[in-house]
This record gives sequence, structure tokens and C-alpha cells, in this order.
Amino acid sequence: MRWIAWKMLTGDRAKYLGTVFGVAFGVLLIAQQTSIFVGIIGRTASQIVDVREPDFWVMDPYTQNADDIKPLAASDLYRVRGVEGVEWAVPLFKGQVRARTSTGHFWQSILIGVDDQSLVGAPPKMLQGDVADLRRPDAVIVDEIGYRLLWPEGQIELGRELEMNDRRAVVVGICDVSSPFFTFPVMFTRYSLAMGYVPPQRRQMSFVVGRVSKGFDQEEVLADISEQTKLVAYDDDQFFWTIIGYYLRNTGIPVNFGITIALGFIVGAAIAGQTFYLFTLENLKQFGALKAMGLANPRLVGMVLLQAAIVGIVGYCLGIGMTAAFFEFTADLNPNLRGLYLLPQIALGAAATVVVIVIIASVMSLRKVLVLEPAVVFRG
Amino acid sequence: MSVAVESIARPRLVAEGAGVGVSCRGVVKDFGDGQTRLRVLHDIDVEVMTSELTLLVGPSGCGKTTLISIIAGLLDPTAGDVELFGVRQSKLRGRALVDFRAANVGFVFQQYNLLPALTAAENVAVPLMILRQKRSTALEAAREVLAQVGLGDKADSRPSQLSGGQQQRVAIARALVHGPRLLVCDEPTAALDAHSGRTVMELLRQVAVEPDRSVIVVTHDSRVLELGDRTIEMADGSVVAPGVESPRHSEVA
Repeated sequence: MRWIAWKMLTGDRAKYLGTVFGVAFGVLLIAQQTSIFVGIIGRTASQIVDVREPDFWVMDPYTQNADDIKPLAASDLYRVRGVEGVEWAVPLFKGQVRARTSTGHFWQSILIGVDDQSLVGAPPKMLQGDVADLRRPDAVIVDEIGYRLLWPEGQIELGRELEMNDRRAVVVGICDVSSPFFTFPVMFTRYSLAMGYVPPQRRQMSFVVGRVSKGFDQEEVLADISEQTKLVAYDDDQFFWTIIGYYLRNTGIPVNFGITIALGFIVGAAIAGQTFYLFTLENLKQFGALKAMGLANPRLVGMVLLQAAIVGIVGYCLGIGMTAAFFEFTADLNPNLRGLYLLPQIALGAAATVVVIVIIASVMSLRKVLVLEPAVVFRG
Repeated sequence: MSVAVESIARPRLVAEGAGVGVSCRGVVKDFGDGQTRLRVLHDIDVEVMTSELTLLVGPSGCGKTTLISIIAGLLDPTAGDVELFGVRQSKLRGRALVDFRAANVGFVFQQYNLLPALTAAENVAVPLMILRQKRSTALEAAREVLAQVGLGDKADSRPSQLSGGQQQRVAIARALVHGPRLLVCDEPTAALDAHSGRTVMELLRQVAVEPDRSVIVVTHDSRVLELGDRTIEMADGSVVAPGVESPRHSEVA
């Protein structure tokens, strides 16, 4: 009977495709919106994710995110270095500064000041130039998209000059970075140079980053740093989730995306549920005939569940495929969509959602089939 | 054209009363409860003979469809007994009733009720697949039966590609493919023109001459009344003529 169920389902191509695309568009809405939500929320911590060398980040205890930082005193660096179990610790600056080109274009930019000696915090992926070039006078490395914002015309050229806080900077390299929350250029320079590119303040060090010595328990060392310096020390993961938590709690992003995702679920469930229900309703007479001919309810239920499962699987594959294709093709079209992609966890979540949609659609349809009197076939 | 359909592998029932295929004794059917209760069949006693084409006639709303639904095991009688080939069908319940119906009853519906997505052969094979025969075996048997009803060349056509008469013949082939002992036909000629209606009735007559088979045809169609061997007439939920032999039957006999 599985074969008959399949033929009944696909016999009318238009209805079959309508049902399948109902599920597919539901999946597309859910998976695409969830991916964009996760991607955008993830961008709030992108500069933290890109710094891969350290095990820990030390900051003011009241720091809640990477964009609103209370600077540390220069002496805090030495206090952290003095904690037992700290292999090394270096300063890291993160702030915003207005960069102006010779053509007059200016952009608010994210400035990362990396340790002068070790260059810890430098961009992980260079497209042109070398990280070591940061040691040259007035050297900055700019991310590719940022470069296009600053110099919208012409080819990428190293050696171009910028002005930040009335000081000269020279582009010595082009890098690739994780997309920032705001579409600002991301610039890397030495810590000492960064101090000149931003207006002077009594305290300017954003973070102390460092690594735990081998043989020491990271959790214990971080606890010791917090206790001895009265600052707070996080590992990468803790800092990442602190930032994400801040944006989830303090912005409308989760609510707005949540509404869209919920709408995706409702629309998907409604379209798929209704079309599948109508499909069953239209075939009720056929199901009645099969029932009259001796097909027992469990086998009829099996037929309806099989049809629902086929609709769910095909619709899900189409929807996930469309989502993946969307991110694949739009990444190069618009820098704002760069770095957004379909995570396996989201694909799994969408699959679970489809299971729920299919169950809703099946239950609606099965009720009709189960209560169907086979004698209905004799009513003209 | 002769219709000789092989029996399916399922064990057949042994008829106790030779010559009597279906026997209804004191069958009553009520719909609704309490004050809304409506009695649609009143103490029906009828017998349907084997190897005969029995017509069930009467005005609309007289209870014909309810009676054949009870005979076919699609509805339970409120009271009374229905015996099919020696088995008290009205005592069967649940799975036993469904299995009994699947093996022993074939249906021909007014609107054919063919699955539009399946070809003629696939439609005919459905009862065998319900009885869990392999698809290839079922399709092979279906093609043979289609050839026997004169539609061998239409085996791969969809219902939408067939005329009404052809669709009804496919439906008859479907009703016969598993070799049922009782064939229940509900207004099989109602949607057909005179010629097609007559062809269908002739086919049913040929089917009915099989030993140990009973064919009941519910009809309003005065054009086909002469083709029955026996006519049961109903009015207001009662049988007013419980099996009058038609002149044709007498001639044949």
C-alpha cells in the first residue's frame, strides 16, 4: 500500500508541489531568519573570536560587552603577569576612531591595538601584505571590506595613507576578519601607535589577554587573577557568551527575529497543514473505497503518515537547500550578508520543526480518515 | 466473452445452504438516538441466490443503500442477522469483519471510485494489494481480468482517459480480481448512457453465472430491469417483493 500512497500523493503534480513548497517555504523562513539572527548576534563578539592566541581576557568587572569598555590602568598588566600560572600577558586595545582618506572620505572605524612585541591580537588571515609589516612606521592593516568603504574606487593598493586623530597611518596589509556588528572598517595597528590614534585618556588599555602556563588549571588561574587583581578574567567562551547575553538582554534583536521565526513556523505549519489536510479531504472518497474494500485503519494510517513523511522530507530538503543557496549566492553580493551561513544546529532545529508541522498536518488529516464510515462510498 | 476469475489464495468459506448466497433475517436499522431515532429498515427478510443477478429496486430513500451496506458489512444492523455463504457476518467484529469483507466482497460504485493517479491495471490490482499480494503478481492478475472485461488495451490508461462505460468496466474488473463470492453494485449504470449501461449489465450477468457467487445490483434504471434474474423491491424501509423471478430468468431456466 506504500506504493499506492506514493502514487496518490504525487498523482496530481500541482497539489503535490503546493504541499511540498508549503513546507519548503516554512523551512526557508525559519532556517534563514534563525541563521541571520545567530549570525548577527555572533557579530557582536566577532573581534573577540578573531583573537585566537590567548586563553583568557581580563577586564573591568563591570564590562558587559566588547564595545563599551572601561579602560584598565597600565599597572593592571603587571598585576596580571604577577599571578602564578600566567605564562604571558599582553595589552590589547579595542576602540573606535574616525579615519579619513586623502580624498575626504571618512568612516568611523574599529581600531585594534595589538602588542608591540608579540603582535598578539593581529588579524588571523592576511590577504595582502604580512602581519610583521605592522612593525613598520605608522603601519595599519585594514580588512578588505573596510578598505572598499574607505576607497570605493580602484584596485586595492598597499601604501595608501589615512589620517586618524590628525596622525598619519599607512596601509601595509589587507586582511580578512569576521564581520563586525556595525559595517565599519576594522584596522589593526601596534598598541603604542593606537594610543596616538585615539584621543588621550588617563587609562587606555581595554583588555589584558594572556595564556595559562602548562600544568596549571585554567579555571583556577582565572579565579586567582580575578581575586588578586579585583578585575574579571574570562576564557574565550565565557567572554563570548557574556557579550551575546548582553545583546540578547538589551536589544530588540531577539524579539524581532523571534517574531519572524514564529511567523515562519505558523505560515509553514498553516500552508503545509492546510494543503495536506485538503489533499486528504479531496481523497476521502478514495480512502473510503479502500476502507470498503477491506483496508484496515492501521494500514490507512500508515498510508497517510507515509504521505506526510514524504511531504516533510522533500519539503525540508528543498527548504534547507534554498536557505543554503541564499547564503551562498548573497555572501558576495552584499557585505552586510557576509559571514552569515546556515549552521548544522539550525538545520537540525528546522528538521525538528518540520516534524512538528508534519505531525500537526497528519493529525488533522488522520482524524478525518479514522472516523470515515466506509459506507460513505455508496453516497453518490 | 466469459469472465472466469481465479480465486485468491485466502481460504474460502464453505457454503452451507447451497443456492442461497446471502440471507437476511429480521434486519432492522435505526439511525440516531432517543427522540431523533429514525428507523430506516423494518424487519427485513430476504435471500439472495447464488449464480443469479439480483436487482434491488425501489424509490429513493426506501433503504436500498442501507440494506446493501449492511449486507456488505459496511454498516452494523441494529437488530437481525446477515449470513453470507454460511457465515454470520453480523457477528463478526473489527479485524475479522474487515478481513472477511476484503476476501469475500467486491464493490462496484455509482461513481466508479477509481484512484485517478493509478492506471486501469493498477486500480484493478488494488484489492489484491490490500490482501498483501506482491505488486507484480497483482498487476499481472489485473491485466488478465481487464482483458476478460474487454479492456486489455486500456490497461495503462488513467481513469481520466477512459469513457464512463470503460471506467465502470474497470471498476467491475477491480471488484472481481480477487474472486469474491458476493458482488455488490450500487447504481452501476446510473452515470452511463443506454448502450454503456447495457454493456455493463451484460457483463454483470456473465459474472453472476459463476457457481457460488451472488451479485446484487441496486438500481433505479428501468432500462436494465429486464436483465436481472430476480428482483427484490423495497418501499419505506421494508421489502414489498422479496425476490420475484424475472421473465428472462424463467426463459433461461
